[in-house]
Amino acid sequence: MLIDVLTVISRWAIPFLLLVIPVYGFLRKVPVYEAFIEGAEEGFTTAVKIIPFLVGMLVAISVFRASGAMESLSQLLGPALRTIGTPAEVLPLAIMRPLSGSGVLGMATELMRTYGPDSFIGRLASTMQGTTDTTFFVLTVYFGSVGITRYRYSIITGLTADITGLLASIYICNLLFR
Amino acid sequence: MLNVIWLVLLASGIIIAAINGQVEVATQAALGAARGAVEVCFDLIGIMALWLGIMRIGERAGLVEALARALRPVMSKLFPSVPAEHPAMGAIILNLSANVLGLGNAATPFGLRAMQELQKLNHKSEEASVAMCTFLALNTSCITLIPATIIGVRASFNSADPTEIVGPTIFATACAMTLGVTVDYLFRTRSRWGRDDRAD
Repeated sequence: MLIDVLTVISRWAIPFLLLVIPVYGFLRKVPVYEAFIEGAEEGFTTAVKIIPFLVGMLVAISVFRASGAMESLSQLLGPALRTIGTPAEVLPLAIMRPLSGSGVLGMATELMRTYGPDSFIGRLASTMQGTTDTTFFVLTVYFGSVGITRYRYSIITGLTADITGLLASIYICNLLFR
Repeated sequence: MLNVIWLVLLASGIIIAAINGQVEVATQAALGAARGAVEVCFDLIGIMALWLGIMRIGERAGLVEALARALRPVMSKLFPSVPAEHPAMGAIILNLSANVLGLGNAATPFGLRAMQELQKLNHKSEEASVAMCTFLALNTSCITLIPATIIGVRASFNSADPTEIVGPTIFATACAMTLGVTVDYLFRTRSRWGRDDRAD
């Protein structure tokens, strides 16, 4: 029931906004097309401004991931996480979660292909994938768009949330799906 | 701190690739990622233009302001350094709403707009303000009611119940968000690091 409601919302959200905002604007006597163009003009400059920041961050993450450094790290962290109910197969996904959105989606897909979506591994990987965001990507893009290079304590806050999200995923999946 | 993280990722990657005797992997990864980063930005241009255009209509019709006014009690607690009438508030609300609904591609334009508005209030142009840190703490840990992508992947592998992970996901995100907001609150109220006017 709840799921049906959520599916309807996700199908309708974008068309709804694209319909209601311009119609409401028109009724309030806003020159809607002109206003649209005026706002849209900013899209290009903002997107271009992000390029250097994103190149810097994605290159470092990609080298780290491709080199096998990640496997070494998951071997290091493996024993600790296994004691709290995490299968070793899910570890690389947990480590990559804050770093790379597309990378993690690829890993989750791979785990489900191998173990099936309804296995414990498949369910845990799905939950981790849906929990929290790719913190480093968001920080890079958002701060980059306004030229900020000193992130202050926001990395600590973001990583705290990520780690909490991962541990909570492990906890709830062990509770519900074991 | 970012300098250290960046260097560790890059240097440890190259050194470990070299130890494994496959240093050329690092070359490929670096060049590929550099090209990929520009592709991400180019994809963003059109989506940014679309949503910023729609948002401008909403602003000129007074919708964004009305939204900000409705959520004012919560927003002024979370962002005491931002004036309640400031346009940043509307953009922040739009970004978080888009995140909750799982509209990732609309969330980014609204979020970048919010950052621009917050930057106008920032005294140090290269350092994040307290309000920006709070905004990103909310943004990166925000609850998503509909994790549409992963539901799609599960369905494509013939899961008996593709949506059964929605409940656990919401629980885990709620934990993450609670802690993220709490840590941010502690930083901005209890630590010298959380003051915009501190001397370096």
